[in-house]
Amino acid sequence: MNAAELSSLANKGRIHILNQVYNASSGHIGGAFSAIDIMIYLFFEQMNYSKSNWNADDRDRFILSKGHASAALYACFALKGLIDEDELHSFRKLNSRLQGHPSHKSLPFVEQSTGSLGQGLSFANGTALALKMDNIPAHVYCILGDGEINEGQIWEALMTANRYHLNNLTVILDYNHLQIDGFIEDIKNPMPTLNRFKSFGFNVIEIDGHDFTDIKRGFEESRNSDKPVFIIANTIKGKGVSFMENNVAWHGTPPKEEEYLKALKELSGE
Amino acid sequence: MSETFSLRKEYGKLLVEYGERYKNIVVLDADLAKSTQTESFKKVFPDRFFDMGISEADMMATAAGLASAGKIPFCSTFAIFASGRAWDQVRNSIAYPHWPVKIVVTHGGISLGEDGASHQANEDIALMRVIPGMTVIVPSDVNQLKSIFRQIVEYDSYLYMRLPRNNLEMIYDENETFKIGQAKQLRKGSDITLITCGAMVNKVMNTVKRFASLGIECGIVDMFTVKPIDIQMIKSIADETKGILICEEHQKIGGLGEAVCSALSEIKPLPVEHIGLEDTFGESGNPDELFKKYKLDEESIIEKGKKLYDRIQ
Repeated sequence: MNAAELSSLANKGRIHILNQVYNASSGHIGGAFSAIDIMIYLFFEQMNYSKSNWNADDRDRFILSKGHASAALYACFALKGLIDEDELHSFRKLNSRLQGHPSHKSLPFVEQSTGSLGQGLSFANGTALALKMDNIPAHVYCILGDGEINEGQIWEALMTANRYHLNNLTVILDYNHLQIDGFIEDIKNPMPTLNRFKSFGFNVIEIDGHDFTDIKRGFEESRNSDKPVFIIANTIKGKGVSFMENNVAWHGTPPKEEEYLKALKELSGE
Repeated sequence: MSETFSLRKEYGKLLVEYGERYKNIVVLDADLAKSTQTESFKKVFPDRFFDMGISEADMMATAAGLASAGKIPFCSTFAIFASGRAWDQVRNSIAYPHWPVKIVVTHGGISLGEDGASHQANEDIALMRVIPGMTVIVPSDVNQLKSIFRQIVEYDSYLYMRLPRNNLEMIYDENETFKIGQAKQLRKGSDITLITCGAMVNKVMNTVKRFASLGIECGIVDMFTVKPIDIQMIKSIADETKGILICEEHQKIGGLGEAVCSALSEIKPLPVEHIGLEDTFGESGNPDELFKKYKLDEESIIEKGKKLYDRIQ
């Protein structure tokens, strides 16, 4: 797909996210909107992952360590045809496979249950390690939130990835600069981010996480890396809806009817 | 004193033995391989051993990832770190998605001794028991450990097994067989039955003669699977005995005793006495001194047994 086609698909993804959170009257829009472009690229361009091979040993793996962006993951599953679009209405409701935070036990396409932040990267490492041991040429992708890297376990896992030379692992940081209590710089301040990940032994690549041409460049550049790859994706929380962008109020608050209609209008290009 | 044997040394040997047969066994440790004895496995299978360093949280979630791609991961460290430091990872990265990771810990309980309260896991059984679907095993001798090890390797779920730091006397014959979830009745007693597990089993065995000299007929049950608890066994004890004395090397809160009482409450009310740590931290000292001071020793078992016997008269 070309960049315009991917953008149009990502827009559908955003509408799915908006609808899920609006229907459930709960969920996380801001961080789902910031990550959705990268996820669309991964699911439609980058990964060996489809309705026919989702359970195969040699499938590529996607782990959403920032599990609160679950609506983005379910949107991708719907767009890939893994789940029915109608099922998105069950998001966060009783007896649903679409749990508030992704649950592997509920929905098998979810590689790992996440939600308690900081744990997905260790899991991704374990999977990458097992694939390497068995000489299976599959790749593991893991998205972290930039608030999530406050968790010490992330840094433990970065050391592990380097120690075991996991060049079949690509970590992507959804670098939107906002966490629940405010700007990441005002809270724990992970600066200087770029140098830190380089110093942990990663091949660090910076991209614009909303520009498909640049996303493509980043992932192309990461191919055949001899080290684990760390992609810093510069993103905007709430990207795609003007009044949600860069506004931390949209981290975990569902839109009211009027806001929903306004957002839907923007995303529908009206 | 009878000869004693190390459960953790046996664990190391069993990992090697089963590692030969089960090529997908992998072992992770958190910089305690010499103490937990996983080093034995490391020497024979260096490519299947991962020393994760002093990062138990990372170890547990990495093990989950390894399990997701078909490995059988064994995670070892001290009981205190596996159950406490990494509790959230055990709950959310292993149990919730249901990855069959085997958490085998050593240095459980107050008998860890001289390192003191910071290292004495007297709450681990409570912490693990409360996780949905968690199986909790506390073996009482080397032969029991050997007998159940194949079931552990092939167990289609996550589990927690607590081993002691110190050697234990042999209780069982090497041909004795065990099944996870089925308690072992060592003797029947028409007056009282002592239910116990782990290092306490041997202490309880040593009190039988003294109870007999006091005219108290006591039964003994080795409840080596604390969860799921053997309801059938508790039912049959409730029918053949008049009171129950629970002896555990753990806080009274949340451990074997509460598990037994909870089951018993739905079967038949029986008088229960309970030996365990009384909502307190331990301290440095040798294991015998600690057992005495914290009233887990044979004298304390006799004392509580007599109290129970008085209650059922």
